[in-house]
Amino acid sequence: MRIVIIGNSTAAVGAVEGIRAAERSNAFDAEKQAKAGGGSSAEITIIAGEREHTYSRPLISYLLEGKTDEERMKYRPNDFYTINNVKTMLGRTVASVDPKAKTVTLEDGSTVPYDKLLLAAGSRPFIPPIAGLGAASDGAEYHTFQSLADAKKLEAALTEQSRVLIIGAGLIGLKCAEGIGRHLKEDALNGDSAEISLLGNKALSENRAASITIAEFAPRVLPSILDEDSAAIVQSHLEKQGLVFHLGNAVSSVDGHSAVLADGTRVDYDILVVASGVKPNIELLTEIGAKSGRAIITDPCGRSSLPDIFAAGDCAESLDVTDGESRVLAILPNAYLQGRAAGKAMAGLDEPFTEAMPVNSIGFFGLHIGTAGAAKGESSVIKTESGYRRFFFAEKRLAGFIIVGDVNRAGIYTALVRSKLPIDAIDFDLVAKKPQLAAFAPKERRKMLNGETV
Amino acid sequence: MKRIYVREEWCIGCHLCEYYCAFANSGEDDMADALRGVKINPRIQVEDADGGVTYAVSCRHCEKPRCAEGCITGALTVIDGVIRLDEDKCVGCYTCIMLCPYGAITPSKGKPVQKCELCLSNGAPDATPSCAAHCPNRAIVFEEGASPCGL
Repeated sequence: MRIVIIGNSTAAVGAVEGIRAAERSNAFDAEKQAKAGGGSSAEITIIAGEREHTYSRPLISYLLEGKTDEERMKYRPNDFYTINNVKTMLGRTVASVDPKAKTVTLEDGSTVPYDKLLLAAGSRPFIPPIAGLGAASDGAEYHTFQSLADAKKLEAALTEQSRVLIIGAGLIGLKCAEGIGRHLKEDALNGDSAEISLLGNKALSENRAASITIAEFAPRVLPSILDEDSAAIVQSHLEKQGLVFHLGNAVSSVDGHSAVLADGTRVDYDILVVASGVKPNIELLTEIGAKSGRAIITDPCGRSSLPDIFAAGDCAESLDVTDGESRVLAILPNAYLQGRAAGKAMAGLDEPFTEAMPVNSIGFFGLHIGTAGAAKGESSVIKTESGYRRFFFAEKRLAGFIIVGDVNRAGIYTALVRSKLPIDAIDFDLVAKKPQLAAFAPKERRKMLNGETV
Repeated sequence: MKRIYVREEWCIGCHLCEYYCAFANSGEDDMADALRGVKINPRIQVEDADGGVTYAVSCRHCEKPRCAEGCITGALTVIDGVIRLDEDKCVGCYTCIMLCPYGAITPSKGKPVQKCELCLSNGAPDATPSCAAHCPNRAIVFEEGASPCGL
C-alpha cells in the first residue's frame, strides 16, 4: 500500500509513527492489509515544500532567543526517515490532488500515486488587509513568524538598534517579541527608552532607541486564551521587559517605515512583523470537494469526506471534548495525536482520537501561563502569591482553567477537564489550592497510581 | 516491564524516598554532601491525604504517555517502556506539566524540567530505583505489573 503524506511537521510525524505502530500492533491484520495491496508494510512518501528535516515549529522563537539551535530543534532524530522507511520529497510542492486517478500532481507536473493520502499541510500566516502592506515589490515589506526560514530571515534583519513593530499580541506575536528581545541593545528595552522611540520622528535618526511595539486589535494580550484579569497581569509583566502595547488598536496603514493605528497614533519602525493569526492550508482538498469549515472536517480517525483521503494537524478541525464543538485546535499535541490516529487508520487500524481539547502552555520572560478547556460559564478565581488561577465550571464539572504563575502539577487540572469527573467526586477546594492526588477518593487514587489490577 | 508501585497503607510518611531521590540525582557520592543545607526538589513527592494517609507520587511511565505525545521538542521519548527526558533538547515550555495527570513532571532548578527515569539516567548503582530500594516499609516497590490508567 502506498501512503502519501503532504507535509513534514508534527501531524506527518504522528502519522508515520501511527502507521508503523499499527503494523506492529497485535490488532493489525497484516494478511488483510497485504491483500489490499503491496505487502504488509506500507510505502510511505512525505512531500513537503520545506527542505528541512522535520523540526519543531514552536521552537523558532527559542531559536531566535538563542535557547536552542537547528540541530536540537529537530522534532525527531536524524535517522527518523530511515528507521521508519519513509521516502521524502522535500522542497517539492503539491499543486493538485486527483481523487479519481488517486494521484497528487506536483508543481513541476510530475505525479505521485497513492492508495491513502494524508493532508498534513498545516497553516500559513494570515495577512490582514492593511493599507500599504504587500509583497516587497508592490508594498511595505514585512516579516511573518511561522517557519524556520521566517526566523532566520528575521534574525538576519535584526540589529541592536532595531525598532520592531509586531501586529498581533497572540501566542506567535508575543513569543516572537521575546525572541527578538535578546537581539536588541542591552538596556535599550527599558520602559523609558522604548517610550521615547514612540515619540515619532522627533526621536528618530542617530539617537533612536531600539524598541518592540505591539499593536493588537483585541483589547487585551493573548485574547484567545486569557481573560481580562490574567491578560492584565501578563501585559504588566511584558511591559516591565520594555514591550510597548497598543491594545484595542488595529493598524490602519503602513508605508515601510511607519504605521498609523486606528486611533491615529503613528509608530515608526525598522522591522514589521505580521502575527495576526493563521489560515489553514486546505485548498488542495476543498477544491476537490472535501467538506470543510474553517479547516477540513474529519472523523476521529482523520478521514475527510473524500474516500481514502485524510487530514490532520492545523489544516483539520477536531471535536473539542470540552464543549462538543468542531474547531481548529492548532496546538502541537493535538496535531501529533490527530496525525497518529490518521496514520493508524490509513494502515487499517481504527483507534479514534477522541480527547481533543485546547491546552496551552507558554511562558514569557520567566512568567508561565497554562490554560485548558473552555473559558466560559460560572467561574471562581484564586489569587495567590504564586499567581492567578481561574476555574470555569459547566454542569458540575471542571470545564477549563487559566493559570498565570505557578503551573506546577497543573496536568491534574487538565485531567479533570478531559475526564469530566464530577466535581462532587473530589475535594475540589483542596485541589484548587494546590493540585494533588489527595483530592481524589482513595479507590480512584489507587487505580490511578497502580493500575486496576493492584 | 517493572514499574514503581505505591502502597499507601504501608507508607509511614517518612519522606525518605524524596531524600534518596534527591541524592540519587545529585551527582554526589556522599548523601550528606549531597543534601547538607539543600532544599531538595525530588522527582518523587509524598502527598498527605485525609486521615493521616500518605503515599509517594512519581512518573507512572504510562503506556499512553501524554507527556511524550505532546512534547513539542521531541525531548520526551519512550525507550523500552521508560519515559526518558533529553535535557539537552528540552526548552522548558511546560507542555508536559500541563499534560501529566499525576503532576509527576515538575519544574527544576538549573534545567528545564525533571521527572523520574527509574534511576536509569543518573548513574545510581542499584538495579532498583533508589526510592524503592530505600523505602523502609516496602510502601514503594519496583515490580512487574499493569500500566496505571491515569484519569
